Amino acid sequence: MEKRIILRGVLVGALAGLLAFVFARIFAEPQIQAAIDYESGRDQAQAALDKAAGLPAGDEGPEIFSRAIQANVGIGVGMVLFGVAMGALFAVAYAVCLGRVGNLRPRTLSMLVAGGGFLGIYLVPFIKYPANPPSIGHQETIAPRGALYVLMMVCSVAFLIGAVVLGKRLAKRFGNWNATLLATLAFVVVIGVAMALLPSLGELAANVRDYGPQATETPLPLKNPAGQIVYPGFPADVLWDFRFYSIAAQAILWATLGLVFAPLAERLLAPKPAQQLAM
Amino acid sequence: MSTIPATTAVATPVVLPLPKAMLWLGGTVLFALALYYFIGIDQGATSVFGDNMYIHEFVHDARHFLGFPCH
Repeated sequence: MEKRIILRGVLVGALAGLLAFVFARIFAEPQIQAAIDYESGRDQAQAALDKAAGLPAGDEGPEIFSRAIQANVGIGVGMVLFGVAMGALFAVAYAVCLGRVGNLRPRTLSMLVAGGGFLGIYLVPFIKYPANPPSIGHQETIAPRGALYVLMMVCSVAFLIGAVVLGKRLAKRFGNWNATLLATLAFVVVIGVAMALLPSLGELAANVRDYGPQATETPLPLKNPAGQIVYPGFPADVLWDFRFYSIAAQAILWATLGLVFAPLAERLLAPKPAQQLAM
Repeated sequence: MSTIPATTAVATPVVLPLPKAMLWLGGTVLFALALYYFIGIDQGATSVFGDNMYIHEFVHDARHFLGFPCH
């Protein structure tokens, strides 16, 4: 049984990743290109400032894959494989939850597990460390940023599982409705404390040293030594669109997982007439 | 999750005996986490296949768009 659940989860995950990729190709790529154009313009302005100040020019990173490959093939492979990974995790969570989280139909459980995955793996970490387009994020801080993001994700998933266990325990005493509210409240409080304790990206030591106290790594206007702005800060509309589409793509991915897996699970878990007779 | 009231014809019937299913479930989790790592994190903060940027550059756009930290 677990093999059949996992196989279905992985296949549905690939489909979900594919749909999210189609969305990304249409909506996200123009924003990613706008961000890269901003970065190129900023690098040129910075190079002009450096030259005027007599500093050596910084070298650009090597281009291994062209933008066309990255924007059409790379993002597709990345998102489909991400879908496969999430489908596999979804299937395991589904298999573990089966029959252990109360009187739920297979398809209802499918939607709840998918919702939990969306919240725990993506949306809650996003609240603290939102997705950023290219040109936001300093090279020097990639190690702490990666560690913080993973830590945030692990906390979010662990607390979510804890909330489900808590809700299940409280249900006997307080009833389903109140137990759900209490478990939700507990999750919000605990994850809120974790978010408050973890540093903002602008507070990382390397960033405070190089840029002063800022909340994030979003590029501020570039100024010349006289204090005049020679290049604007990162365009706010591009940032908003990118993040909004990022949430939308993950919503598409997890909704597809839940909705397509639901009827498959319903069919897989329905008691067959022959089996009933045999029992 | 336990708490959505469901008046249903068929409740979730199967409980997988976890010790029996552990091999497949555990293996799948490892597989998924490895995939997650290579898509999202490898050759950024840490790198498995040496100090090149092939994976990073190839899935670059997906990495940004899926919410992972990137340069």
